[in-house]
Amino acid sequence: MAVGKSVNRIDAVAKVTGRAEYTEDLYKPDMLVARYFRSSIAHGRVKSINCEKAKSLKGVEAVFTFEDVPKNKFATAGHPFSLDPGHQDVADRLLLTRDIRFMGDEIAIVVAQDEIIAHNALKLIDIAYEAYKPLILPEDIVEKDAVQIHKGSSNIVGEHQYSIGGDVDEAFKNSDYVVEGKFETTMVQHCHIENHISYAYMDDLDRIVIVSSTQIPHIARRIVGEALNIPLSRVRVIKPFIGGGFGNKQDVILEPMVAFLTLKLEGRAVQINLTREEGMIGTRARHPFYIKVKTGIMKDGTMKARDMDAVSITGGYASHGHSIAAAGGSKQSSLYPRMANRFHARTLYANIPAAGAMRAYGSPQIIYALECATEDAARKINMDPVEFRLKNIARQGDMNLLSGNEILSCGLAECLLKGKEFINWDKKKKEYENYKTGPIRKGLGVACLSYASGTYPVCVEIAGTRISLNQDGTVHVMVGATEIGQGSDTVVAQMAAQTLGLPYEHVRVVQAQDTDVTPFDTGAYASRQAYVVSNAVFRAATQLKEKILDHAGLMTGEECSQLNIVDGRIVNTNTNELVLDMKTLAMDSFYHKERGGQLTADVSHKTTTNAPVFGCTFVDITVDIPLCKIKINKIINVHDSGVIINPVQAGGQVHGGVFMGIGAALSEELLIDPETGYIYNNNLLDYKFPTFTDLPRIHHDFVETFEPTSGYGNKSLGEPPVISPPPAIRNALLDATGVSINSLPISPHKLFTAFTKAGLMDSKAGTMAVKAGFRDSKGGANV
Amino acid sequence: MFDIKKHTKADSVDQAIALLQENPDARLIAGGTDVLIKLRDGKPGFSELVDIHGLEELKVIRKDKENNILIGSGATFMDIIQSDIIKDNLPMLCEAASSVGGPQIRNVATIGGNVCNGVTSADSASSLFALNAILEIRGKSLPRQIPVSKFYLGPGKVGLKKGEILTAFRITPENYAEYFGHYYKYAMRDAMDIATIGCAVSLKTKNHILTDFRIAFGVAGPVPLRCPETESAMKNKNICKTLLDEISQTIETDVNPRTSWRASREFRMNLIKELSQRATKEALTRAGEEV
Repeated sequence: MAVGKSVNRIDAVAKVTGRAEYTEDLYKPDMLVARYFRSSIAHGRVKSINCEKAKSLKGVEAVFTFEDVPKNKFATAGHPFSLDPGHQDVADRLLLTRDIRFMGDEIAIVVAQDEIIAHNALKLIDIAYEAYKPLILPEDIVEKDAVQIHKGSSNIVGEHQYSIGGDVDEAFKNSDYVVEGKFETTMVQHCHIENHISYAYMDDLDRIVIVSSTQIPHIARRIVGEALNIPLSRVRVIKPFIGGGFGNKQDVILEPMVAFLTLKLEGRAVQINLTREEGMIGTRARHPFYIKVKTGIMKDGTMKARDMDAVSITGGYASHGHSIAAAGGSKQSSLYPRMANRFHARTLYANIPAAGAMRAYGSPQIIYALECATEDAARKINMDPVEFRLKNIARQGDMNLLSGNEILSCGLAECLLKGKEFINWDKKKKEYENYKTGPIRKGLGVACLSYASGTYPVCVEIAGTRISLNQDGTVHVMVGATEIGQGSDTVVAQMAAQTLGLPYEHVRVVQAQDTDVTPFDTGAYASRQAYVVSNAVFRAATQLKEKILDHAGLMTGEECSQLNIVDGRIVNTNTNELVLDMKTLAMDSFYHKERGGQLTADVSHKTTTNAPVFGCTFVDITVDIPLCKIKINKIINVHDSGVIINPVQAGGQVHGGVFMGIGAALSEELLIDPETGYIYNNNLLDYKFPTFTDLPRIHHDFVETFEPTSGYGNKSLGEPPVISPPPAIRNALLDATGVSINSLPISPHKLFTAFTKAGLMDSKAGTMAVKAGFRDSKGGANV
Repeated sequence: MFDIKKHTKADSVDQAIALLQENPDARLIAGGTDVLIKLRDGKPGFSELVDIHGLEELKVIRKDKENNILIGSGATFMDIIQSDIIKDNLPMLCEAASSVGGPQIRNVATIGGNVCNGVTSADSASSLFALNAILEIRGKSLPRQIPVSKFYLGPGKVGLKKGEILTAFRITPENYAEYFGHYYKYAMRDAMDIATIGCAVSLKTKNHILTDFRIAFGVAGPVPLRCPETESAMKNKNICKTLLDEISQTIETDVNPRTSWRASREFRMNLIKELSQRATKEALTRAGEEV
């Protein structure tokens, strides 16, 4: 039985030996490099541009500007195509732009023999701008006379609302207390190890081959066709090994441009390899949210009503646009389904980098606000926050009124109890009563999460699997599910081995994907893959197993219903005795002159369910008030993700998610000047992504429910772990200090301001006279 | 890719000096952890390099006959961390070296480069200030010595003339023997970060009296600095409970942090006061005192 075992990753050896080939490892002779000329202002229009000097630099092959690119706008979000025009993504991009919408917008591109020449050529481009006031804050963006960042948009990308579970206003009226709060989250970055990189070439006069670090090869193929106005079949996308994406590669960013360049340059290979600094402004980020929450509660701890209003900022281009707020907002009703719920959200353009998909897709923002508000509600009636949650959270059998589906599996209560025990909640709560004054304080925090296992019914959920029996009795599996480092190929192999009755080692998953041959699947996002592919793998493996047993029947004359495959051998189900080994069978099916053939199964499966997952974070912190630092003593995430296919890999997902969640909670933010739109910290020195030394030992646990809609009982796990650490840490800070910080990140700077305001800091700080002569200046001290 | 026009590897300090004379626009490169960043950013002035990376004569860490401790400018932070001479005599400098960047950086970055880069946040600098380190400099003319406090001329500017090389730091026994110290780096991260404030304290006690007290900061002004007013106020004080409070009361007059987008002056000032107490307390504990 391969499912449930911590088998080694199928690509472990390739990766640890350095033999795994990533896009940058692949090479074409005479490959050219291209670099973007990016705007130095956040909002405006190009008055004039002159590239003559750049073009005449030795080694420069071409320079293109907004004047040279196709004029059809396209949408970049890596969603499946929607047959409903009302649901299609906002097409607001050109390959290069004259209208500047954020600092770093792409105006021109230089193609040169190497990157130094390209870099030097960029400096030779003369440009003049007409600058407009950057629109950064929500109130400025929707002001009546505000410039429209995209003409005709009124700066609004989308808006929606829902109200379920009864009359919300009435429910508030009938509540004993109404607790209100305002919350803000900031723009954070994915920080995947491998930056965005793509190259393209033509292998004949017609076809464009693109090699790219993408989560969505098949979608990329379609969008390149749309961007360049060419038939999709002219485009072939190859996905080698991927060094992480976290949603930032669920967007089509470089592929249309490299395709355009190779078309323009007679099929020569052209590569774009973004630097980290470019990637941090010129790809995608997490949408900042401004959220208001109102909670109606009864004295006994029952939540009666909730009203949320969210403003999501998508930046200069829509990308995934309003889908983020819509997806995030749906978690309100799945986490606390037994109450009146109202939700309204609006997504705005702004002159900041474009936000797109990022791990957990709107839920970290919404659930942060939701779980801070839940904490405040519990505190209002002096109820233990764990007890309060246990009273109100989703249970198996509840109806999610928004989706109209019954919750078929839910282990959230068990997750809370496990986490509570691990963190030693009751004992520590008492002990920490002695640490509520003085410079060093201690506290505990908890927060819950809910997430989905795909995008249905908003989008199609389609997965393809092809399994072929090899001549040696092993199998090769091809899936459209995209391995990007998360381990999906490994669990696909485990699933196939389980159903086929083969040892895990006899299943090989074809790693590199190629849209010419890889079965159709929309790619890696929405934590969908293990869930959505599970039924496709199950069906394909079942079909192939039948074909194998049929052939065994042909060979031996035995009744197929009396045969089975166990551990890679065909046995008689009654006697359990060996009938045939797989290799003998395979050789016969291939080479017998009359019977058999290549035994394969090819399934394309549409999933029309979507299982909710649940989990929680418990955290124990120490706050050093004078130094404005939070130290995490202990943290655990407990998840209900159904059956765990591979415990070690699943643990890895949780650890990575908690790591990211801690970064978002305590230190990560893209610092954007609110006046100019200038970005200060698009590098990993000043963008405070945590290092290993900043993290505590991370703990995890699972409550394994069985999800009946899934091929193997499993539900999603990729994204959920990132969601609940930030509100848990905020709640622990409140527990330790009595100070609520309702915006992320809870950085030392913010703690300093909040503690000063709360009278916790030495009041003499900062009152000294200023000595003259130490001014900030460009090229000055690097601090 | 780096846009390096000319790169010459020197086999000796003498040769490096000669190469600098021949190539007046050339810059020295040792570990490269600052120079390569500037090159990558396309900053002008770094396209010609004289490479002194790995020169054995610059890597020596030793005690001479007079018990001076000599640290070659080419010693990497890892060399310093692993040196018994430093561990036994200048543990504060070990702490400073351990706080620089991450392991990869500490394996190549040199203490000489850290100081010659001229930034106020250099982790080794405040300790060298507290130790009254003397810099040994060689050039075409006679070798010269300069105290570290005179070497910093302004942000990114140090007192190295064209054609000169900083070869070593000398710490005399009267500046380390019987002293106890501590370096406290405050940064947003525990690794791979620059100091928001760095604080080095070195002190001597006798019969529960603070017989000498030195405190130096990085990022408390445009260059690393010592705190003369606080130091003289604390000298010869009894070690008692109120001592730490007194330090943080006078320290504000000695420093001048600024507001930048990285941190506000008020926040830095708060840290300066807090770190002055914490670093002093730790140094006193090491000296066997109780506070």
